[in-house]
Amino acid sequence: MSRLPAAGGAHLVVLRNVWVHKGGTPWTMALFSVYEPILYLLAMGVGVGALVGRVPGVDVPYAAFIAPALLATAMMNSALEETTQTVYGKLAFDRYYHSLLVTPVTIRGMVAGELLWAVLRALVTGVGFLVVIVAFGLARSPLVILAVPAGLLTAFAFGAAGLAAAAYARGWHSFQYVQLVMLPMFLFATTFYPVTVYTGWVRVLVEALPLYHAIELSRGLALGEVGPGLLLNAAYLLAFGGVMLAVAQARWTTLMAR
Amino acid sequence: MALIEAQGLEKRYPGTDVKAVAGIGFQVERGEAFGFLGPNGAGKSSTMRMLACVSRPSGGTLRILDRDPVSHGRELRARLGVVPQDDALDLQLTVRENLIVYGLYFGLSLTHMRAKSAELLEFAQLAEKAGERVEHLSGGMRRRLTIARSLVNDPDILLLDEPTTGLDPQARHILWDRLFRLKSAGVTLILTTHYMDEAEQLCDRLVIMDKGLIADEGTPRELIERHVTREVLELRFPPGEQEAAGEKLGGDVEVLPDRLLCYADDGDAVLGRVTELGLHPLTALVRRATLEDVFLRLTGRSLTD
Ligand SMILES: Nc1ncnc2c1ncn2[C@@H]1O[C@H](COP(=O)(O)OP(=O)(O)OP(=O)(O)O)[C@@H](O)[C@H]1O
Ligand SMILES: [Mg+2]
Repeated sequence: MSRLPAAGGAHLVVLRNVWVHKGGTPWTMALFSVYEPILYLLAMGVGVGALVGRVPGVDVPYAAFIAPALLATAMMNSALEETTQTVYGKLAFDRYYHSLLVTPVTIRGMVAGELLWAVLRALVTGVGFLVVIVAFGLARSPLVILAVPAGLLTAFAFGAAGLAAAAYARGWHSFQYVQLVMLPMFLFATTFYPVTVYTGWVRVLVEALPLYHAIELSRGLALGEVGPGLLLNAAYLLAFGGVMLAVAQARWTTLMAR
Repeated sequence: MALIEAQGLEKRYPGTDVKAVAGIGFQVERGEAFGFLGPNGAGKSSTMRMLACVSRPSGGTLRILDRDPVSHGRELRARLGVVPQDDALDLQLTVRENLIVYGLYFGLSLTHMRAKSAELLEFAQLAEKAGERVEHLSGGMRRRLTIARSLVNDPDILLLDEPTTGLDPQARHILWDRLFRLKSAGVTLILTTHYMDEAEQLCDRLVIMDKGLIADEGTPRELIERHVTREVLELRFPPGEQEAAGEKLGGDVEVLPDRLLCYADDGDAVLGRVTELGLHPLTALVRRATLEDVFLRLTGRSLTD
């Protein structure tokens, strides 16, 4: 009758999360997740955009320039939220993963499942914000639709990092460090202006940030400026996510073996 | 063939020198109710986690259902039911959902779990609570739900870590009744407890654990016969007079901080002697010897301190 679940039971961890969220439809979920980026789009895109006009060198309206970056960050934030605070609560307070330990679900399955869920959660956000972009008349190219799958890669990379962080956290206060990294990254990783404003080592530094590559990828597709550079951005995110996933898997294994 | 065989089993946690389990051996046969009785920190939970195939033994050998729990952990976990010391229920799901979702983790189908959950809710007397959030349940109900949850896969062996700790007497009796039913249905039960009445009620055979070691093993009756007399006379004296009274009385006497225990096959006869000697205890009680007395004899400490 029963067979051991495949993939360490990862899909079952996803299913459980879907089940818990069944009260909220994907649309209410999306609505909450696009609220913040819409505010940025209005304040910066429309407000600051009125001063800026068209972005030099790229030649698109300012709002259309930042919209794909906001899409990438919104998807990133959705994945991070699910894998840091939510996962940590289930780990330290609900002891949810400990209760899974005695089932055939494996530790790798738990980690993979939470990551998959985070990516799905980001998908809902991504689709929601894509609708916003189109509704605001900011779609410059049909390729903008590909910014959503690009965002999934971003969600994978940051979700994996979030899972590693959750396993290293020593309390809720630990997540302040995550904020300490995430906020400047959001502000400076070319969300609001092209990377050409930077020169020298600052530019090198910014180009080393994973969010920079997420934004490049998203913006390149959304503005229809497709080139081989985008493959490099994607490869960077894939590699970063892969390393983070390996770190997370290792850390979760020692943590749960206690 | 025994369902579980342990020899020289040890557990040492990383970063500590102390052995939580310091080399224990036991066997559990099919259909039996086997108990670990011991005070806080004796190593009961550490042993149970190794039996549940979630904690890797640091020494000795352990075979469960004729397999190695480390290399065949996942396969074995599918055949075990585990009631952990802390319930660790899914607080974001309702009572019924807890059962259904848990069954899915075992590779059971949703259709199967819909029917199975109804049966388990009935068994745990939680049918009326099916749609409630777990947060709203009392301690006893949570415990019953955790037991019901551990049965989703019709386990060959059910591991219960302190199934009734923290419950009121009525809730404990309901739980004992459920465990009796499982036992009569042929489920092998392994449980830990620090209540001797629970061990006497539920266990066919038990080991007494202290400081990571097994002090003795047997049926509750055997242990009592081996270590203590049939009856015990409990005497209380005003503070300070305990020692003197103990010496005066002589014989097989244990002096505890709060009372004297006189071991005898005929407690009333000893009580007669107490009066003859001119001793005036505040209270005197003749009772049957229990496992607690056995534990006291074996370790010089009472179980509950
Ligand atoms: N995860 C752990 N890491 C380090 N030490 C541990 C861990 N779990 C238990 N110990 C230690 O191992 C010893 C035995 O603990 P264990 O939980 O097995 O005892 P117990 O008999 O279940 O006690 P209780 O009746 O309080 O539940 C204790 O000294 C405890 O501090
Ligand atoms: Mg314990």
